[in-house]
Amino acid sequence: MKARVHVMLKNGVLDPQGEAVRHALGALGFDGVSGVRQGKVIELDLAEGTSEATITQMCEKLLANTVIESYKVEVL
Amino acid sequence: MRAAVIVFPGSNCDRDMAVALKAAGADVTMVWHKDASLPDGVDLVAVPGGFSFGDYLRCGAIAAKSPICQAVVSHANRGGYVLGVCNGFQVLTETGLLPGALMRNSGLKFICKTVDLKVETSASSFTEGYNAGDIVGYPVAHHDGNYTVDDDTLAKLQDDDRIAFTYCDNPNGSIADIAGVLSGNRRVLGMMPHPERAVDAGHGGTDGQALFRGVLAQFATA
Repeated sequence: MKARVHVMLKNGVLDPQGEAVRHALGALGFDGVSGVRQGKVIELDLAEGTSEATITQMCEKLLANTVIESYKVEVL
Repeated sequence: MRAAVIVFPGSNCDRDMAVALKAAGADVTMVWHKDASLPDGVDLVAVPGGFSFGDYLRCGAIAAKSPICQAVVSHANRGGYVLGVCNGFQVLTETGLLPGALMRNSGLKFICKTVDLKVETSASSFTEGYNAGDIVGYPVAHHDGNYTVDDDTLAKLQDDDRIAFTYCDNPNGSIADIAGVLSGNRRVLGMMPHPERAVDAGHGGTDGQALFRGVLAQFATA
C-alpha cells in the first residue's frame, strides 16, 4: 500500500519561501496571486495493512515538526 | 570536567568545538552518532554546528532521532549540561529539549558574518562570565536560524529569564530577536551564533571564551 503525507507550515507561520515565489510570479506578470504557501509531499511505500494510526505516529515523531507544521495523511 | 562532542555525518564545527572546550580546560571525547550511550562521567555534551544528514527533511530532524540523541536527552533529563550551537541548536529543538523551531532566514539568504549579540541574562553557567547587557561579537553562519515559537511559550521564556542572547541587529527574522535560549533548569543552551569560533584572537575575537570558562567553572571545585 501507499500513503501520501502532505506537510505544510501552519497557518500564521510566515513562509518566506512562499513569499519569494509569490513575488516571482508577480514579476512574471501573473497578477492577482495574493498568497503562496510552500510545503512538501512525502510518499510512503508501506506493508499492506499498515494502520492510519501508525502513519500518524510517523508524522508526529519525524515527518512533521508540529511546532511549526501541520500534516495531512492520504492513504492511496 | 569531561565533555563529549557529538559527531554526525555532515557535522563541520565538531573539531572547532573540541578545540574551544580543550582550550578552556575540558577533557574532550568525540562521540559518533551511532553510539547509543555517552562515555561514563560526561558532564557537558556539545552538539556542534554543521549540516547533519545534509539537512534532509528538516535541519536537525534526522540527527535528533539518532541513537546518541536518545542518550543526550537522558543526560539532560538527569540534569546534565548540554550546549547546542547552530545545527546543534536545531537538533535540540527537534529533540524537544528546547522549545520552538528554526525556520528559513526571513531574507532567504545564507548569512555568514560576525554579529553583535546582547547577553540577556547572566543567570546560567554558560553566561555567568558576562554581565546582562554586555554586547559580544560571535560569528553566525546559517540558512535556517529564524527562531520561532508560539506566543504563550515566548511569554514563558521571557518571564522565566530563559532568553540567553538576542541579536542587536536581527539578521534572520527571529522572533523577539532571539539568538539563544535556555532550558527550564538553565543547563541546556541552544544558540545559532558560534561561541567556539570566537575563542582565538587570531580568528577575529575572543568573546566566546567566557561562555566555555563559565560552564567549566561549574565543575572546577566538584
